Amino acid sequence: MAQVTLDSVRKIYPNGVEAVTPASFAIKDGEFVVLVGPSGCGKSTLLRMIAGLEDITEGALTIGERVVNTLDPADRDIAMVFQNYALYPHMTVRKNIAYGLKNRKTPKDEIARKVDEAAKMLNLTEYLDRKPAQLSGGQRQRVAMGRAIVRDPALFLFDEPLSNLDAKLRNQMRIEIKALQRRLGVTSIYVTHDQVEAMTMADRIIVLNGGRIEQIGTPSEIYHNPASTFVASFMGAPPMNLVGAEMQDGTLSFAGLELPVSSTLRGPVTLGLRPEDLIIDPHGPLAMEVELIEELGAHRLLHGQVDGQRLTVHLAKEEQVALGPLRLSCREQNLCLFHPESGKRMETSFSLNLTEHSPDAAEARA
Amino acid sequence: MKRAGFASRWLPILLLVPQLSIILVFFYWPAAYAVKSSFYLQDPFGFGQTFVGLENYSALAGSAEYLKVANFTMIFTVLVTFFSLALALLLAVKADKVIRGAKTYRTLLMWVYAVAPPVAGFMGLILFNQRWGPLTEFFGALGWDFNLRADYVDTAFAMVVVSVWKQVPVNFIFFLSGLQSIPKSVREAALIDNRSDSGRFWDVTFPLLAPTGFFLLIINITYALFDTFGIIDTLVQGEPGNNPMTLVYKVYVDGFRGNDLGGSSAQSVVLMILVLALTVFQFRMVERRIHYT
Repeated sequence: MAQVTLDSVRKIYPNGVEAVTPASFAIKDGEFVVLVGPSGCGKSTLLRMIAGLEDITEGALTIGERVVNTLDPADRDIAMVFQNYALYPHMTVRKNIAYGLKNRKTPKDEIARKVDEAAKMLNLTEYLDRKPAQLSGGQRQRVAMGRAIVRDPALFLFDEPLSNLDAKLRNQMRIEIKALQRRLGVTSIYVTHDQVEAMTMADRIIVLNGGRIEQIGTPSEIYHNPASTFVASFMGAPPMNLVGAEMQDGTLSFAGLELPVSSTLRGPVTLGLRPEDLIIDPHGPLAMEVELIEELGAHRLLHGQVDGQRLTVHLAKEEQVALGPLRLSCREQNLCLFHPESGKRMETSFSLNLTEHSPDAAEARA
Repeated sequence: MKRAGFASRWLPILLLVPQLSIILVFFYWPAAYAVKSSFYLQDPFGFGQTFVGLENYSALAGSAEYLKVANFTMIFTVLVTFFSLALALLLAVKADKVIRGAKTYRTLLMWVYAVAPPVAGFMGLILFNQRWGPLTEFFGALGWDFNLRADYVDTAFAMVVVSVWKQVPVNFIFFLSGLQSIPKSVREAALIDNRSDSGRFWDVTFPLLAPTGFFLLIINITYALFDTFGIIDTLVQGEPGNNPMTLVYKVYVDGFRGNDLGGSSAQSVVLMILVLALTVFQFRMVERRIHYT
């Protein structure tokens, strides 16, 4: 158990490509941190640098009290779970799990005890004498977990461990991994491109984009206060609606929506609206043309256009809707404003002014 | 799974005919002929043959020279197989780690593959030439009075060296592709589990290479037994005399130089049975321990 600190860790490949721009963050003891981002964003490179499978070009990596930049992967006191499980195909499940311990000169009876314990924890006891080829995907992933657990590492590293599993198994394993990490209390870094995994599993999320850290925060911070349009559109399914709006004389206007804002900014801005913050309101300021209804059982998604811009609305299953025109209003306190070019979040105090903006006012406007 | 089938029963047979006829003409027919003629004593000038039963075989068993050649063949096969596999594996493991200029390095190592056995033998003749061969001179400088075709051990040494040199590239290609088919993540997992390079090699890499290794073992034994003919023939320049030779070469020498077709046939039948037994043994004993992924 240990904390992990990255101090300006950077990766430049021999061909000159900078895969990770200097990244600094600290992970607390026992914390579950998820690195999330689209493919090619550098999240796996970052994880592999922490594991010692890639050299660190610059910066210092500390696990526990030690700077481990130059240590071999075997000496870093880590365990890693790979995307394709990376089990030794010629060894039985028991040998797979025990291999790391054997090399650390752990006494035989202790190895046997630890392997049995881990197998019991992961429901693998009856498979201990099988080879990986005779196991299902979920079982193989559990063996990979077992191999990590028995080492009692200071740090767990997960490299997209669930992406080879089918959707149902993925949900189940997600819960199992999270519960296991809670129980063992081992600091963990988990890489994924799946924002649902990131949201549900993480204590803290690190969103990466193009080798840069876009935002670090708890799932709720990331969801409600995205630092950029990238984060806003990456996190959440469906993602946040991003539309072009106008700021003028302390008023933000988008389609029929007008909100007083205490800001001196003028000109175009990007307005972010979560689909669930849009509500059906016969007198609402927004006129939407519904083009498609996605039926998801527990809720529905409406896709359509408002003032020529695409918008998605998240509705509870009780609401009755049909294709065609529909009027909407929105929960104004949850709106986000972004710079139209850089995409960075603009800090405005407009939420303070919203208290005086009552539904009656919206009605009067309509 | 749905089984694809032929509409007519004759089409599959027709499609197999070319392959079967090739095997028939070039293997079963000569083999059957060899078995038959091993029971006869042939007139050296082709005027007739006399049935002698197992006399050719009993003569072999009683021949001290035949046993000596068989003995040499065994040692030769073991040495050639072992060293060509071991050297190729070593080179492949090292080449696999090379990142910069890997292609050039690999191409250079594979080149020898294109050299025909008699040409390899001829190059051996030049390198080991009694008077001016560079290797002979090198050995001389070390105090070894190397004498190709005059000294039994020296000639055997040259045969092994040339045969190994010729076979290493083939093994190298197979080992390298075998190494590259081991999943990267399995090796990385091993990197985290075991800090020792050699430990990882013997625990993970080597067992995963075993299918390739087993295939090469059979190929190499066959090579050492049969395909080295060209090398041996060139090195002894068709005149074995007191020089070492392998069983295959003795079949040729006795049959075509000594005109003893019956005895030579008996030898080739013995050789055939030997190789068959060896292959069966390998599949039964060695293959069982191999994990195919």
